[in-house]
Amino acid sequence: MARMTPEINAGSMADIAFLLLIFFLVTTTMDVDTGLRRLLPPPIDPNAPPPPPVRERNVFVVLVDQNDRLLVEGELGNIRTLREQTKNFLLNPNNDPTMPVREMRQIDNLGEVEVSRGVISLQNDRGTSYEMYVAVQNELAAAINDIRDEVAREHFGVRFEQLTDQDLVRAIREAVPMAISEAEPKDIGGR
Amino acid sequence: MIKGRFKKEGGERSQKINTASLPDIIFMLLFFFMVTTTMRETTLFVRNTLPSATEIQKLERKSLVSFIYIGPPMQSNIFGTEPRIQLNDAFANLNEIASFVEAERQARPEAERPLMITSMKIDRETKMGIVTDVKQELRLVNALNINYSTVRGEVRVQ
Repeated sequence: MARMTPEINAGSMADIAFLLLIFFLVTTTMDVDTGLRRLLPPPIDPNAPPPPPVRERNVFVVLVDQNDRLLVEGELGNIRTLREQTKNFLLNPNNDPTMPVREMRQIDNLGEVEVSRGVISLQNDRGTSYEMYVAVQNELAAAINDIRDEVAREHFGVRFEQLTDQDLVRAIREAVPMAISEAEPKDIGGR
Repeated sequence: MIKGRFKKEGGERSQKINTASLPDIIFMLLFFFMVTTTMRETTLFVRNTLPSATEIQKLERKSLVSFIYIGPPMQSNIFGTEPRIQLNDAFANLNEIASFVEAERQARPEAERPLMITSMKIDRETKMGIVTDVKQELRLVNALNINYSTVRGEVRVQ
């Protein structure tokens, strides 16, 4: 008697697969986390000598108060013009003596480039809304990214984020540092 | 004549569709989702509408990221409306952040510990006070690599 190949009923296979599929759809998430990456300053050593003061012309002061109002360099600012103001400050195209010093520095892959000594100092109140804080951080980062784009285009012909070679990315980062410093929080009202 | 041309030959028998390849198709979908997604780890107890920003970066390597959630509690009738911190699956106080970071460090291999990122998922209506406190705590335990979690979109203020 010829052996019959037994046939497995595969009709329910689709149902099982559907069940698994729905399980995975429910329990998993697809979103990739995105956001603004920042590096916090290390904790202050009380015994360490105080850092050398930064010259005032090199500091771009941005204050955000509890009503989400901006004070940029001592004047009432606007979030819409903040990016241009920041760029103008860091680049200092007219060699304004109240704006930051630029110095020539030798950087690998770029050669002699002018590096701005400008530092952005961001200070917020405990009552500032997080949305406003992120908006300000975003505009400041946008200004720096715009400058990086310009430098990358000038030297390599592509935008900064299109650079794939890590050495070139590092060179641009060195030429246009992300110099955003946050002031130590001032404890005014206590916790 | 016209009637004859359009009439079905085999009468009213229902046609059987061959479903033999259906499991294969479903399995393919299944594998696609298994590969592209990650397991949901925590249940959110706080409201978490993230702010939007344009200059955002993707967080590669999700295994290096630990999350801190801050926002007003969802069950505001029980927990009030003051923003709270959520670590893992529970509300937490400020002083628990240090041990949370330490536990997250212990869970990773030693070589990867310097690369760890703390991603802060903070509701857009939160005030900066609590955020600043959390940042100070993170500085004290040397978890300096942080990420303000945002979604892509135009910045809208006021």
